[in-house]
Amino acid sequence: MIEAQGIAKRFGRVTAVDDVSFRLDRGQAMALWGSNGAGKTTLIRCLLGVIRFRGRASIAGHDVMRHGRRTRSLVGYVPQELAFHDDARLGPSILFFANLRRVDRRTAVDSLAKVGLQGHERKRVRDLSGGMKQRLALAIALLSDPPVIILDEPTSNLDAAGRGEVMQTLQRLKHEGKTLLFASHRPDEVITLADRVIVMERGRALLDTTPTELWPTESGVQLIRLHLNMASEQHAAAVLRDAGHAVHLNGRGLCVAVARDRKAAPIHTLARASIEVRDIEIVEDVVIPEARR
Amino acid sequence: MSSLTVHSDPAGAARLRTIPGGAVAFAWREFRDAVSSRWFILYTIAFAVLAMATSFMSLSGVGAHGFAGFGRTTAGLLNLIMLIVPLMALVAGAGSIAGERERGTLLYLLAQPVSRTQVFLGKYAGLALALTCSLCVGFGASALVLAWRVGGVGIGIYTVLVGFTCAVALSMLAVGMLISVLSRRTGVATGIALFVWLSLVFVSDLGLMAGSVLFKLHVQELFGLGVANPLQAFKMGVIVNMNGSLDVLGPAGVYASRTLGDALVWLVSGIIAAWTAVPLAIGAICFSRKSTI
Repeated sequence: MIEAQGIAKRFGRVTAVDDVSFRLDRGQAMALWGSNGAGKTTLIRCLLGVIRFRGRASIAGHDVMRHGRRTRSLVGYVPQELAFHDDARLGPSILFFANLRRVDRRTAVDSLAKVGLQGHERKRVRDLSGGMKQRLALAIALLSDPPVIILDEPTSNLDAAGRGEVMQTLQRLKHEGKTLLFASHRPDEVITLADRVIVMERGRALLDTTPTELWPTESGVQLIRLHLNMASEQHAAAVLRDAGHAVHLNGRGLCVAVARDRKAAPIHTLARASIEVRDIEIVEDVVIPEARR
Repeated sequence: MSSLTVHSDPAGAARLRTIPGGAVAFAWREFRDAVSSRWFILYTIAFAVLAMATSFMSLSGVGAHGFAGFGRTTAGLLNLIMLIVPLMALVAGAGSIAGERERGTLLYLLAQPVSRTQVFLGKYAGLALALTCSLCVGFGASALVLAWRVGGVGIGIYTVLVGFTCAVALSMLAVGMLISVLSRRTGVATGIALFVWLSLVFVSDLGLMAGSVLFKLHVQELFGLGVANPLQAFKMGVIVNMNGSLDVLGPAGVYASRTLGDALVWLVSGIIAAWTAVPLAIGAICFSRKSTI
């Protein structure tokens, strides 16, 4: 359904995406996992055909650069944060996108109802909560019932309740046979939704694996944050990745998703590389659905 | 929200709403956004008030002496238009694409099944319609003053004035949008637009005066350089329609009237059309070929 061959994108001297290739079949869900700046968002923009890149990408057999409109009509896109005019009202906004996607007014109404936004049509976008904005983005993405949904960290600005709602919707979509490609740095989302994970760092696809291989879940997974000297964070991340850990750098420490009974493993790995860990913090238990255990 | 309410309509469920093309949807959205924005309301009020004031003051002393004062009013309006209308259009155009880019909304729009050309032309069409409406409000107010003080309006000349004004506004809008495509930030685009406005309104006149003295320009060269400025072309077009010749503009005007005769109107119309089509085409090409957002 989605095929990427040697995708590369540079911004001046910075290589944002470097020779990434993968193939995602119909009905599969794939996560792009990596630190901030790993190239996930740029890769998604390449796949949407909104920026030029080297290599080739196609969706349902259509080249995204040569047949951009055609391919984008097959894709529902949910950004990290819904970017709308703040003064725009919810009702006219969804009708505008309904026009672009060539669906009728009734479908627009149904789409809003599906994400629980019926009755909010007169609200301005600036008055919507983060969760409501993200549900609106989902409603717009689902307007034309596209076979592919691409999401760029769809829950990163949401609270726990908002995340739960979005994840429920995405699980339903997966069961309906949609092909999902999403960027995330939340292990619970990856484990819950994804059939495959591409681990990205500095623009490169380091690993194409499954969530269960990345995080063996018999004993459960916990997300821990290691506090190190700022100067050694990048090196520490590389050392942990080499040791097979799923690492995420977000400017507030180094987050590692580990098996619940193996929390000391990354600290030992770093100690062997003479990297001092100043503090350790358990961020959260990763909730794994029964079906995935 | 009434615009989203689906009424009980037996045929409605099966009947799909006619869907306009992507560019029309963008144009309509742009028009709606523009007419509800502060800049549009402020410019419309400012232009209407100044047009009314100009008409009123031009007619003072004319009293009830009929249409003799109409020419004076048109001359007064001409100077007002040359100052305000290019400023309105350039600033509106400059904020269009750069504003979307800066707010982060451009990516989301381009991720929809539309081409970049559709987005660009749709935004131009919407802003052009909004600008035309704004000008019509000002001219309508001025016409009311004329009708009240003089007892009527020289419909033919007034229509030509309105037509030429709308044409020059559309050309300046196209220049503004070209600036917007080439600028990454709204502030930069607006700054460049103001510089262009200043150049066209003041600097080109002063440059011509200085050039004619320094380089001892011939009258045909002086006319050629003058008419290349769309605002001067606009002024010449209106004056030719009012007086039948450009004699009031001095030797260059006399030369133009004698050499070109009736073709002068076509020449100035062509120059204004070129100032619309060329920046619009370059803007659309640059926007379509941009490798980033």
